[in-house]
Amino acid sequence: MKVKTLSRSSDVYLPARNCEVSRLPRNLDPELHPFERAREYTRALNATKLERVFAAPFVGQLGNGHIDGVYCIAKHTRRLNSAASGSGDGVIKYWDLSSREEVESFTAHRGIVKGLAVTLDGNLLSCGMDNTVKLWDVMNTDHSGGPSKTFLGSSGFTGIDHHRSNPVFVTSSNAVQLWDENRSKPTADLSWGADNVNTVKFNQTEQSIVASTGSDRSIVIHDIRSKAPVQKLVTLMRTNAVCWNPIEAFNFAAANEDHNVYLYDMRNLTRSLNVYKDHVSAVMDVDFSPTGQELVTGSYDKTLRIYRVNEGHSRDIYHTKRMQRIFCVRFTMDTKYIMSGSDEGNVRLWRADAASRSNVKSARERSKLEYDAALKERYKNMPEIRRISRHRHLPKPIKTASETKRIELASIKRKEDNMRRRSKKGTMPYAKEREKQIIGVAIREAENKG
Amino acid sequence: MSAVETPERIGHTGAGTTNAGLDIYGSIYSRTMTNKNVRIKDRKLRANVKRTDQRYKDAIRAAKSTELLLQEDAGFLEAEGMEKTYKFTQDELLKHVDVTTAHKGFELKLEHFGPYEIDYMRNGRKLLLGGRKGHVAAFDFREGTLDTELHVNETIRDVKYLHNDQYFAIAQKKYVYIYDKSGTEIHCLKKHIEVTNMEFLPYHFLLATVGNAGWLKYQDVSTGESVCEFRTKMGPTTSMTLNPYNAIIHLGHTNGTVSLWAPSTSTALVRILSHKGPVRAISVDRGGRYMATAGADCQLKIWDVRMYKEVHAYYTPTPPTSLDISDRGLLAVSWGPHVTIWKDAFRTKQKSPYMTHLSPGSTVNDVRFCPFDDLLGFGHDEGFTSLIVPGAGEPNFDALEINPYETLQQRREAEVHGLLNKLKPEMIALDPNFIGNVDPRAPDERKQALVLETTGETDKKINDADAKLQPKAKMRGKNSALRRYLRKKSKNVIDERKLRVEAALEREKGMRQNNLKRRKGLPVEERKLGPALARFGKSK
Repeated sequence: MKVKTLSRSSDVYLPARNCEVSRLPRNLDPELHPFERAREYTRALNATKLERVFAAPFVGQLGNGHIDGVYCIAKHTRRLNSAASGSGDGVIKYWDLSSREEVESFTAHRGIVKGLAVTLDGNLLSCGMDNTVKLWDVMNTDHSGGPSKTFLGSSGFTGIDHHRSNPVFVTSSNAVQLWDENRSKPTADLSWGADNVNTVKFNQTEQSIVASTGSDRSIVIHDIRSKAPVQKLVTLMRTNAVCWNPIEAFNFAAANEDHNVYLYDMRNLTRSLNVYKDHVSAVMDVDFSPTGQELVTGSYDKTLRIYRVNEGHSRDIYHTKRMQRIFCVRFTMDTKYIMSGSDEGNVRLWRADAASRSNVKSARERSKLEYDAALKERYKNMPEIRRISRHRHLPKPIKTASETKRIELASIKRKEDNMRRRSKKGTMPYAKEREKQIIGVAIREAENKG
Repeated sequence: MSAVETPERIGHTGAGTTNAGLDIYGSIYSRTMTNKNVRIKDRKLRANVKRTDQRYKDAIRAAKSTELLLQEDAGFLEAEGMEKTYKFTQDELLKHVDVTTAHKGFELKLEHFGPYEIDYMRNGRKLLLGGRKGHVAAFDFREGTLDTELHVNETIRDVKYLHNDQYFAIAQKKYVYIYDKSGTEIHCLKKHIEVTNMEFLPYHFLLATVGNAGWLKYQDVSTGESVCEFRTKMGPTTSMTLNPYNAIIHLGHTNGTVSLWAPSTSTALVRILSHKGPVRAISVDRGGRYMATAGADCQLKIWDVRMYKEVHAYYTPTPPTSLDISDRGLLAVSWGPHVTIWKDAFRTKQKSPYMTHLSPGSTVNDVRFCPFDDLLGFGHDEGFTSLIVPGAGEPNFDALEINPYETLQQRREAEVHGLLNKLKPEMIALDPNFIGNVDPRAPDERKQALVLETTGETDKKINDADAKLQPKAKMRGKNSALRRYLRKKSKNVIDERKLRVEAALEREKGMRQNNLKRRKGLPVEERKLGPALARFGKSK
C-alpha cells in the first residue's frame, strides 16, 4: 500500500530564535475565509467610526492674528512655508506656516488691504483703497522706509493678481488694468464696461487668461495677448470670487452670492459644469486644491466647506464658535492644509482631511490606512456607514437656516409641480439647475484692423 | 449521479488534475461577474463596471498564482493490486508512517468515568476530554503537556472549547459552566438549563446551546449578554451541528426532522424531514454545501444543503451514534464499537468505505476530526483513541486566520482582532454574503416586512392612501370617502388616481343600489350579460 500523511515539521513553521519573526503561510482558498462580506462590512464600519473619532481638523491660528478683520490671503505657489495676510486696518502680516509664527508685520495701506499677490521672486504686491499698489521686499524685515515700489492708480483698487512666469500683474478697480512691474503706468486696459470690478484671477496653467468678476453680476474672461476681454457671462446674482482649476486649465469655480459655487468651462459659458450647494449664506471665497480634485469654500455663514469636484454637496464642514464671517480661504500647496481668514482678525490653519495625521508612517500603517479607505469606499452606500460618515455637528443657526431653506425650496418645487400638472404638457419646461443662474453670455467680436 | 458541480480544488479528494488555462468563472476564487447581456446606458457606470470586472479577473489570476506557494500536500492512502483500503488496520499503518505521526495515533485508557465527549481546539493543537461521570482534561496531545485536569462531580453532557484554549465550556448536569485554561470555574450560565449539545460560533463569539427542554439559546461570550432564546417546540433535540459556512445551527429532532436556525428569526428557517426515526447525528462540510445526517433508522443520508435535496443514501448496520466531516471532505461515522470513514462520499456514491476501525468492547460516543491534521479522535466508554487517517486534514493553513503554530503574541493579537471584527448576530442568514446586495422588493413590501419584524404583527394602519379609497357598499348617505376625495381635489386635474377613484365611485353606486334593492326585497340585477350570452340569463 502507499501511504502518505501530513507531517509538518515545526522548524519550518516556528522560528529558531525567540527574536526572529515566525512564518505566516497564506492560503487564499475561500473556504478558509468564511463570511467575507460580513467581516469586510464590520471592518468598514469600524474604520468609519474611527475616522470620526480622529477627526480633529483645527490645527491652530497663525500667531495672534490681526487687530481688524482679515480680508485677503496670499500664498507662495512655489514655497510651502510662507503666506501673507492683509487686514482691514491696512496691516500686512507675513507668516511662517510650520511654526505658525509671525515673521513680519507692517502697515501697508491707509484703509483696508484689498488684495495681495506674490511676484516671481517671492516679493509681495498689495493693493488698497488708497489708490496705490505697493511692492514689498519680504526678505528685508525693515519696512520703515516704505515699499520698494509704489504704483499709483486713478481709483481705489479692489483686487490684484500676478502672472505665473512674466513680470506682469493685473489689478481691478473701476477697470481691469494690466501693469508691468517695471513701468509705473498700466500697459493695457482690459475692461468690458463694469462699474466696479471686484476680483481678478490669473489662470496659472493657461497663463495669459484672466478672469474678473464685476458688481454688475458679470464674470469676464480676458486675454492679455490680445489685450482685450474675450467673453462675458452675466448671472442672476453677483460672483464674489473665482479660482481657476490648476489641473484642468479651462475650468474655473465661481463663488456666488446665491449660496452656491458654480464650475464653468471657459470655452462654453452657456452652462455650468457643476453646482456646489450646501452653504446657507453668500460664498465669499473659493480655492482649488493643487490636485484639482477638491475645492474649499469660505462663506458669510461662518463655515468652511470642502467639496469634491465631481460631487455636488460638501464632504466636510469646518466651523468654530470663535470664527466669524470668513472672507478668504486658501489651500496650501502640499494639499494637506487650508488657511482661512475671517472677520474677527484670525487666520486659522485647518487640516484638509480631518482624520489624517502628518507623521511619517510605517509600511504596515500605510497599508492599513489604504485598506480602510478602500473599505469605506466600497461600503459607503450601506445605511449605517453612510449615516456615521455623513454625521457632522452643525452650529444651531446653520442647522435652522438649512432646514428653512429646504422647506422653502420644497414648497416652491411643489407649487411649480402643481402648475405644471395644470398646464398643457410641454408648456412649462423644467429649468436646468446648471443653467438656471445664467442670464446671458456675450463674446466679443474681433476688431477689424485698419 | 453526481451532485452539485463544485469547482476543482487543488489537491482535493477526487480528480486532482489542474487546468492548464485559467477558468475565470469556475475557479474557486471567482465571484459573481456582471451579466454581459445587459447593456448599461450610463457611460460612466459602464466604464466603472468594466474596470471592476477587469480588477476581479486580475484578482482571480493573482489568487490562483499564489497556489504555487502552498508548501504541503495532502495525505493519501492507496491500495495496490488486490488490496482494499478499508482492510488496513491502524497497526499496519503505523509501520508505514514517520515517527511524529505515529506518536499522534494513541489511546488513553480512562475506564472509570464513562463515555467521553471530545473537542479539538480550532487550530487542532489541543484536545478537551469530558467524561460522562465528571472527568475533564485539557491537554496538548503532541507535546504531551497537560493544561488542566479536574473533576466536576456532576454529569457532563458536552464539552466545547471557545475561541482559543484559554476558555472552555462544559454542559454539566443542570447549568453550563465556563472554565479557564487552568481549570478555574469562571462563569455559571444559569439561563442554560440541562444542556445536551453546545456549539461555538467563532466569528460571532456566540455560544449556542440546546437542552432537554427543547430551547435553543444563544449567548455572546465576549460581552456576556444573552442574545436570544427560541423554543424549538419539537421536544428534546437529539443532535446539533454548526454550519461553518454561514453560521446556521442545524438541529436534529426525535421526529426525524432537521431544522435550521439563526438568531434573527424565532422560528426555524428551514425544516427538512430526513429520517424515519430520531436524527442521531448531523454534520456539515466546511464549504456549506453538503450535510450528512444519520438517523436511528440506520440510514446515513447526504443532502445538498443549498438546494435542500437528498443526494445520496448510505446505511450503517446498527444505529449510528456520531458523525463528523473533515476539512477535506472525509466523512466519519461511528456505530456501536465501529468507526467507518468514507472518502469522496458527497459527489459520487461510493461502494465501499475508505477506512474502518473497531474498538472492541466499548461503544464509540463522539467522533471528531482534528483540524489541519490527518487525525480522527473518538471518545468511547473506556477512554479516548486517536486514529491516523491519511488525507483528512487541510495541508495548507492560512496563518492570518487559524494558525496551528501561533506564538503567545500572535494568539493575543488574534483574539483582539477577532473581538474588534466580531460579527453581529443579525448578519447570520442562509446566504452569508447578503450584506451589500440590493433588496429587490418593492418599497411598501419592505416597509411591511420591517414592521412585521419590529412589532411582530402587520400594522393595520399602514398609511396607504389607496387603501382608504376602496368602494364600500355599506355607506349610508352621500358622504362616502370617494366622493369626499373627488370634491376636495381640484376639478381640472385628471390623473391616474382620479380615474381610478371615479371608476370605484361608479362601482360603489352600483353596490349601494343593490344593497337597497336587497333590503326592500326587490330583485337584484346581479350580472350584466352581453347580448351573446343573454339567452343563458334568468328567464323572467
